[in-house]
Amino acid sequence: MSTTTNMAIITFITNNPYYVLLALSTAVAAGILGAFAVMRRMALASDPISHIALPGLGLALLLKINPLIGAAATLLVGALLIWSFEKRTGIATETLIGVVFSLALAIGSIVTSGEELIDALLGNYSNVSPTGFFVGIAVVIAIVAFLLAKRQELTLAILSPDLAKTSGVATDRLNLYFLLAFVATVLLGLRFVGVLLMGSLVIIPAAVAKNLARSMRGMITIGAAVAVASVLAGLAGAIYLHLPTGPAIVTVAAAIFILSLLKKQRD
Amino acid sequence: MKILEVRDLSVYFDNTAALENVSFDVEREGSLAIIGPNGAGKTVLFRALLGTVPYQGEIKWAGDARIGYVPQRLTIERALPLTVQEFLNTKLHILRANPSEVKSLLEIVRLQPAILKRPLAKISSGQLQRALIVFALIGNPNVLLFDEPTASVDPSSEEQIYETLHNLEDQRHLTTLIISHDLSLVYRYANKVLCLSGKQLCFGVPQETLSTETLNKLYGAPRKYYEHHHEHGHNHVHN
Repeated sequence: MSTTTNMAIITFITNNPYYVLLALSTAVAAGILGAFAVMRRMALASDPISHIALPGLGLALLLKINPLIGAAATLLVGALLIWSFEKRTGIATETLIGVVFSLALAIGSIVTSGEELIDALLGNYSNVSPTGFFVGIAVVIAIVAFLLAKRQELTLAILSPDLAKTSGVATDRLNLYFLLAFVATVLLGLRFVGVLLMGSLVIIPAAVAKNLARSMRGMITIGAAVAVASVLAGLAGAIYLHLPTGPAIVTVAAAIFILSLLKKQRD
Repeated sequence: MKILEVRDLSVYFDNTAALENVSFDVEREGSLAIIGPNGAGKTVLFRALLGTVPYQGEIKWAGDARIGYVPQRLTIERALPLTVQEFLNTKLHILRANPSEVKSLLEIVRLQPAILKRPLAKISSGQLQRALIVFALIGNPNVLLFDEPTASVDPSSEEQIYETLHNLEDQRHLTTLIISHDLSLVYRYANKVLCLSGKQLCFGVPQETLSTETLNKLYGAPRKYYEHHHEHGHNHVHN
């Protein structure tokens, strides 16, 4: 990298410390969450779940209110929808997610205007206010604290709901909290990675971790580390090449995933 | 003294009965075998007893009943890096049980401590069955629900698992409820038997309850039975 490029990246970091720090903290939450999401076989469902943020974003922009509030509202509705469906039927919700949430993407694209749509879909460099930063960090801490404090219960509930219930775990409530943590993570990442690809920042680092780790603890640690590395390198690449942030971050994550396959094949 | 009383238990899935009007009870330190063909509602009965499916009727566990459950199988993705230790830790953590408990439980089921470091998805089915028994015994339960303990193990492991189970019943004063296909096991180890085929076909002491007629009814009529009916019908026409 040339000195000019280094300077551009350093200037970006010094001018936008809140943006960079919040992006990295979000990556930690996404990496840890991903370990459980992959275990829960949510790999394919994760992307459509993040898509449901779009109609909320679009409507909020139309109504001239904070777009994150709109996104939060539709994400919350989405989480409750999945939760009640899973609870009632006890079966995988892929069909529901595939249909309803892709429809959300379509509706969202219609109500959101041109440039804002691209930013919402792919992530951008919008400024993070000090208030936004502190709220964001508080949400990251809440997500990470929940996942780490409840990791035993989550693991068991994913492995066997019957064993979890007979061991005294309130699985319905735990599932709801997990889905809320999921949508909160998506919400945090929307700015950096965008609606289209946020699910990938949750799943790809965890998929890398699954290839490399030899324990659940290792999977959580590697997942968080890969997510942080992807965001760091992806942001630098995006600044250097003048790209939208989301695709740059996810490309880095995917490259690490391909490398991890080589290691897995050797094992 | 009874540890479990079940009255008129029914379970419906989408208005179809999986189990209808089942009533039985289990004495403390008793051993109940539950037999019946596939789809007879045996596992559904267990899930109702564990409170993991909605049911109608009455299930009354004694106040001090602590239940350990050994499921028929555990579907684990092969690539999942969860170790046996981490699997057992979940229950130790949730029940705040003493981690040193695991060592003696491993000895009881004859598993080497080295297995704790291996991924749960990559141990043999016999080892997994034993790991599930260890899991069920964490927290010192006094009732053990065992769903087809030997469905996925080879005959020599099968014998060992039954021996282990029998020893456990004596050592730990356990009440056991076992779903099984193996009638010889029922005669050897169970002091009561419950026959299910969607509804209750029998309940009582195995030697008295399991008549040929009951077993035919339970597992479907043998060929001879059909022939008899056919001939009867034929004769009827001729008459």
